[in-house]
Amino acid sequence: MNKPKALNGYKYPSAKEEMPLGPGSYAGVLIDVNSGWRTFRPAIDLDMCKKCLICWLLCPDGAIDKSGDRLEIDYDYCKGCGICAYECPVKAITMVKEGERQ
Amino acid sequence: MNAPDRKRAFISGGEAVAIAARLCRPDVVAAYPITPQTVIVEKISDYVAAGEMRAQFLLVESEHSALAAVMGASMSGVRTFTATSSQGLLYMCEMLHYVSGSRFPVVMANANRTVAAPWNIFGDHRDSISQRDSGWIQLYVENCQEALDTLIQAYRIAEDSRVLTPVMVNLDGYVLTHTYENVEIPAQEIVDGYLGPFKPVNAFSFEKPKSLCFTAPPEWQTEFRYQQQEAMGAAQRIIAEADREYGRLTGRCYGGLVDEYNVRDADCVLVAMGSVAGTARIVAERLRDRGHKVGLVKVRSFRPFPKEYFRELGKKMKAVGVIDRDISFGYEGALYSEIRSALYTPGVSVRTINFIAGISGRDIKQEYIESMYEQLRRIAEGENVPEIQYPGLRWQTW
Repeated sequence: MNKPKALNGYKYPSAKEEMPLGPGSYAGVLIDVNSGWRTFRPAIDLDMCKKCLICWLLCPDGAIDKSGDRLEIDYDYCKGCGICAYECPVKAITMVKEGERQ
Repeated sequence: MNAPDRKRAFISGGEAVAIAARLCRPDVVAAYPITPQTVIVEKISDYVAAGEMRAQFLLVESEHSALAAVMGASMSGVRTFTATSSQGLLYMCEMLHYVSGSRFPVVMANANRTVAAPWNIFGDHRDSISQRDSGWIQLYVENCQEALDTLIQAYRIAEDSRVLTPVMVNLDGYVLTHTYENVEIPAQEIVDGYLGPFKPVNAFSFEKPKSLCFTAPPEWQTEFRYQQQEAMGAAQRIIAEADREYGRLTGRCYGGLVDEYNVRDADCVLVAMGSVAGTARIVAERLRDRGHKVGLVKVRSFRPFPKEYFRELGKKMKAVGVIDRDISFGYEGALYSEIRSALYTPGVSVRTINFIAGISGRDIKQEYIESMYEQLRRIAEGENVPEIQYPGLRWQTW
């Protein structure tokens, strides 16, 4: 995945001065994995995927990455809403229960 | 350089606030009319229509939207103003916390009016006092001149990089908003020099995009709240500084967080907030002429609260009386609670009385205040009187 993974190497503020002033800052501060409540995760069947990018366009969390040769889902931010699976015109995305293997 | 002309005008408190806002050159004003704030908004709308004020005047559908709109404008990096009162302030409640928590230096005038029910449009402090913990700096003024001067000071305080906290300037509904007074208006260049241009902090930018009003999880909320508390601590110094500097430029200053009258050698003091301080000063002066060692403390800043000041005051006084134009049902007047809390320290055993008065616009008569000083004299001499009193209340038994 070519998408910037802000979590890699991120250091939380270690002094008061490193805190943003109020809840406003440039991207990449106080970031965290934000997907803990997912019950189902989307899985893309890459043989079926036509790369029409409808899922990429509609994902409310921008959790689908199109920078590589094939689409990838950033599971650190995917909330499992299922919009991508619902909208995929070729039904290449299925929702798989967390903890179960595809 | 010649001193700028001193301009005077016979105007209402509402107009004084509108003129002050105009002098501060806000870029965006959004407000919803509510009695007795209406004059402020009407005047500003006139100035904008006549081209005397270069602000975007936004007509909005509610007070919640008014404060949301000025917060959005502040986010875009410009100076803002709004005004409200009573039910309108309560309707803003959610946005009050949003603006302060996001550290936008919005300035607001609140025309103090009671809160329904029973329905009533006249003045007391129950509207703003109920928003004590909204994270706004709360300043209270005694007269129309102080309303104008304090509103200008409010921008300097709110926008100070050590503070960056919104300021609510409270003026008593009707008693100040609708009463005419001879008010001195500072020259535009004085206000321009005093405030300087607006320096946005957490602002939108196309070049360097920011995420604003983001979520902070439980692990990080406390640090943001501590920042707000520290900013309020800094505001104590900045309010005093801003007042001194304003005094240097205009010849008018008000003592910073509190304004004292004959306190130094007094045995008994009354503490008041807002316009009643004017009446109390007249009574205190008269009692002085009769040889009574009485003084008056006017609280200008309710948040941040001048705790250290009252702690020191308590060491010197025999009795302290507090006039509250509000009541926290089930306890006592809110200002009284703050002062009692500040006085609770080793070595201070001053006696205190709370006077709940001026509720919903009822007059606080000079004779009430004389009686308050009399009660203070009695407790100073060791007598017992009820701790919470309601001057003017019908059918009271003491």
